[in-house]
Parts: sequence; structure tokens; C-alpha cells
Amino acid sequence: MSDEPLVLGIETSCDETGVGIVRGETLLVDTVASSVEEHARFGGVVPEVASRAHLEAMVPTIERACREAGVALRDLDAIAVTSGPGLAGALLVGVASAKALAVALDKPIYGVNHLASHVAVDIVEHGPLPEPTMAMLVSGGHSSLLLVPDITNDVRSLGATMDDAAGEAFDKVARVLGLPFPGGPHIDRAAREGNRIAIDFPRGLTTGRDLERHRFDFSFSGLKTAVARWVETRHRAGESVPVADVAASFQEAVVDVLTRKALLACKEHEVDHLLIGGGVAANSRLRALAEERCDKAGVTLRVPRPGLCTDNGAMVAALGAQMVAKGREPSDLGLPTDSSMPVTLVQA
Amino acid sequence: MLLLAIDTSTTAITTALHDGSSVVAEVTTLDARAHAEHLAPGVRAALAQAGAAPTDVTDVVVGIGPGPFTGLRVGIVTGRTFAFALGLPVRGLTSLDALAHEAWLRGRRGDLLVATDARRKEVYAATYVLDDSAATRMAGPLVSRAADLEPDVRGLPAAGRGALLYADSLPLAVEPVDVSGGALADLAARRLALAPAAPDGIRQQVEPGHGFDGLEPLYLRRPDAAPAPPSTKSTLG
Ligand SMILES: Nc1ncnc2c1ncn2[C@@H]1O[C@H](COP(=O)(O)OP(=O)(O)O)[C@@H](O)[C@H]1O
Ligand SMILES: [Mg+2]
Repeated sequence: MSDEPLVLGIETSCDETGVGIVRGETLLVDTVASSVEEHARFGGVVPEVASRAHLEAMVPTIERACREAGVALRDLDAIAVTSGPGLAGALLVGVASAKALAVALDKPIYGVNHLASHVAVDIVEHGPLPEPTMAMLVSGGHSSLLLVPDITNDVRSLGATMDDAAGEAFDKVARVLGLPFPGGPHIDRAAREGNRIAIDFPRGLTTGRDLERHRFDFSFSGLKTAVARWVETRHRAGESVPVADVAASFQEAVVDVLTRKALLACKEHEVDHLLIGGGVAANSRLRALAEERCDKAGVTLRVPRPGLCTDNGAMVAALGAQMVAKGREPSDLGLPTDSSMPVTLVQA
Repeated sequence: MLLLAIDTSTTAITTALHDGSSVVAEVTTLDARAHAEHLAPGVRAALAQAGAAPTDVTDVVVGIGPGPFTGLRVGIVTGRTFAFALGLPVRGLTSLDALAHEAWLRGRRGDLLVATDARRKEVYAATYVLDDSAATRMAGPLVSRAADLEPDVRGLPAAGRGALLYADSLPLAVEPVDVSGGALADLAARRLALAPAAPDGIRQQVEPGHGFDGLEPLYLRRPDAAPAPPSTKSTLG
């Protein structure tokens, strides 16, 4: 137990300041400070507001994580940090802080990919990742299907969204329905009272030549527009909008496409483990439908608990611990941030 | 005593070590865009130059700006984190004061304007009087177009990159141009010599006082409130 690597992970790619500590495959603590409320009135994350909040929260969050885990910084084996993708100014705060820890404590540093971390976090929840694993990442900034032979250095992109990310679609549709930001959880809640076959919203890239050419890609902007138009038509006719039905039908269109393509990818690549990560993986209907379809296909479904699906430091620590355990070389202390780091690049 | 000084408020990513009597190491990289890349290696290199281990450091001082936000935060979070990791006191100093102090160290006396690059066609500015004992800030810091500063201020000798960028408005450019970690360390060591020792058990002195400014960045501008562009497409592999 104690010879397993003890790694502290820092995540500041968007609006959460996350610090987690992992020993091997065991989560010791996951501490998150969020500036989401400061952004709500703007209807989206304001980069400078997020960066300022990271600076204020950084050291207190590290301090809290160490205190709650009963870990002394000098006992760490390595520091891991999200070096991309994400908001440039936000990433810089976490990376600079991680480097300061590395210099002060004389520890190795691993700059890691935020998306690979969303996958790796499930190791501390459900144990080692079967190799290969199929991973679907669905969040506010990303929607990708990944084939993962080795989470520490081999992540392959099968497809991604052509326009809006899944979470972004939830957030935009929520705005159309007059629900607060971030909209995903509100739509999830509203949809529980609604009829998911009330309105037949379009499923992007699922038929004919679209499916051929964009087999594992997604498109949600047409869906978003269809919802907006549907609501607008009701408004114009002076009729009330059945929010629960719209939410449920929209949500069904999203999770239908996501799960269909994920299982198609499992089948065609002969992979029998599907992992879903990212903020949208918290969606209750996505979980239920994925469970149902995986069962039918003989695929084992893994979804981390909701708190580990949204951005956090534990996921970064989890990936860092894998890097150390597999003997991967640390990153250079001069490692840059990369706001558009490709998903296939696991380490900076 | 071994004081680590860090400043990233200007084009210089600069760090220095001061042992109580002199600057024993200084590492500076000029790069307006890559503060986080150069700073930590710079700190490590400065420690190597001084033949010191991180655990030999006793005090940390960071320049709190004003300066372009993104770079400025790199220095401040580095100083705060380094100090936290080793249980050291960390203090802040207005970065413009370090430029005035360096001019003073170089023998300049009289009135001085310090004007650094605030981007968006503006400067961060403060005025000082340099007498035989010290450089004392009289006004500022503030952010302004160089041309909008008072005429008598514009006519002063002006240190900082602002004078190079806006020579039309600030004709009397003088050295230094960017903050040097050595000057910041020297200023901090002088003020520290006058300050009472931090009481036992206080690991982080974030309160301003005794010539120090606290650890909050001097942004001097509100954030622009436009939501982030979606990062979706940029990450397609
Ligand atoms: N229950 C839910 N149903 C659908 N979407 C959700 C749910 N919970 C969170 N989300 C969405 O997840 C996104 C945030 O996830 P996160 O992984 O933090 O994203 P990112 O880091 O890309 O912004 C938001 O778009 C939010 O609306
Ligand atoms: Mg995320």
C-alpha cells in the first residue's frame, strides 16, 4: 500500500479550482472550489473572472486537500497538473502553482491532458482500466469518443463533435427554456416530469451518408436550433411552453445519439468496456439509457460518480499516479500550457 | 536569511536571491508571453547559482503589479505556493516601486515617473521622489493613456517600458526598462531589516504593513465580461 505512488493533482482548466490526492488507485481527497456562481449572470464562463478566482483559491485549496487527507506535501512522490486543453489564463495559474510545488519540494511534475484525466478518474472509483477501454467524454467543452489502449500514453480519437459540445447544447437549450446556467442539471430535473417522446427532435449525423462519413462524430447545433424554433413557434402562437416535455424530448435526442454511437464504436472495435466521463455523464437519463443498451450488447458500463465527472483535481492525480506507476518520464519544468492540447496527447 | 524575490509584472520574468547583505543570484528571461514556462526553471537556476536548496529559503517576496493580468498571476501564485510548501512568510511589493528603487540604486535623484506597458495603448504609472535615503511613491499606481497623464508628469524622466512605447508623450526615457528581481530583492531586504520579525507560528504574512503591500494583485481594471468562446473544435485530434 505505502509503496504505491502518492500524487497531488491540480486542475484549473475552466472554472473549478480542483486539488486531489491519490495513492496508487485510492482516492484520499478531492477538493474543489468553484467560481461558477460568479459566471452565472453572464450565462457562461468569463475567462478573466475564472483566472482571478483560481489565483485566490489555489493555495487555500491545496492547504485544505492536505489537511483533509492528512498528507504532508514532503511525502508526495509527484505533482500532476492539467496543462491543457482549457482556458489559457486559467490553466496558467494551476501550472505555475504546480511548478512552484515541484521546485520547492524537489518533486517530479507531470503535465497531463484534461480529457485523459476525465477517463483516468474512474480508476479510483472502479479499479484498473481494461485495455483497451472505449471512453466517451461529454462535458461543457467536449464530446469525444476515444479508444484507449493505455491511458498513460495511447489515446486514440474515433470522433468528436462537429459543433456544440453536448454540455454546451444542454446549457444553450436551458437558456431558451429560461432555466439557469449551467443548464444541464436543470434540464435533467425538469425532464423527469416530462414526456421524452412528446416531440421528435432531430438526431444529428445518425443516418445515411452523414453516418457513413461521420460515423463517430456528433453534431448538436441542429438540435439546439430545432428546439429554439419549436419554442419560438409556441411563443408566437401565444401558447405556453411545456418545459418538462421539451426538456425530456431534447435530452432524449442527445442521449440517444451518444449511446447509439458509443455502442456502435464498441461493436466495431470489439471493445467490451464503455466508460462515460465529463460533466454530462452526471445526466440521469444518459446513465439509464447507457445501462440499458450496454446490458443488451454485453458491454460493461463504467461511470464515475457525478462529483468525479465534473472537473476536479482527483482526476489529474489519478492519471499522475498511473504515470508514476508505469514509470513514465516526468515533464520538463519548462512545460508550457496548451489551450488546444489534442486529446491524443496524454502528457505535455 | 535567504530571500527569494519574484516578479512577472513586466516583460522580464525575473527572480533573485538575497542573503541579507547582497543579491547572491539573479535569473531573468525577457518574454512577454511565456511567464509560466520560464519562471520555475528560473527559480531553480537561481537556487543552483547560489548553491542553495529550496529549504534554505527563509522569506518570499513577490511583485504584485500592476501588470498584464495573465503574466502577473504567474508570479504571485508561484510565490504564494512556494512559500506555502515550505511554511515561509510571503510578502508583496508594488512592482513599480522596484523600478523606482533600481533607478535610485543606479544613482538617480529627483522626481521620477515609472510607466510600464499596460497593453491596450495604456500605461501603469506612478510618480516618485528619489532623495538620498530612498525612492518614495508620491502618487499612483494608476492606469492611463500616456498622453492623458498630467503635462508636468509627462515631462518627468520616465523609467519603464511605457516610455519606450509612447515616446511622443513621454520624451525623457531613462533606465531601467523592466523590473529586475535583484532590485526587488534589495528593496524587500531593506524593508525587512526595518520590519519586526513575524511572530512564531505565523507562516504566511499576508497583511500589508511595515513597507509591504499584501499579496493581492493590483489589477486596476475590471474583467471584461464576455463569456469564454467554446473550446470544442480546437481539441479535435
Ligand atoms: N445532470 C446533467 N445533465 C446534463 N448535463 C449536465 C448535468 N450536470 C452537468 N452537466 C453539464 O456538464 C457541463 C460541465 O461539465 P464539465 O466536465 O465541468 O465541463 P467543462 O469542463 O468542459 O466545462 C455543463 O455543460 C453542464 O450543463
Ligand atoms: Mg471537463
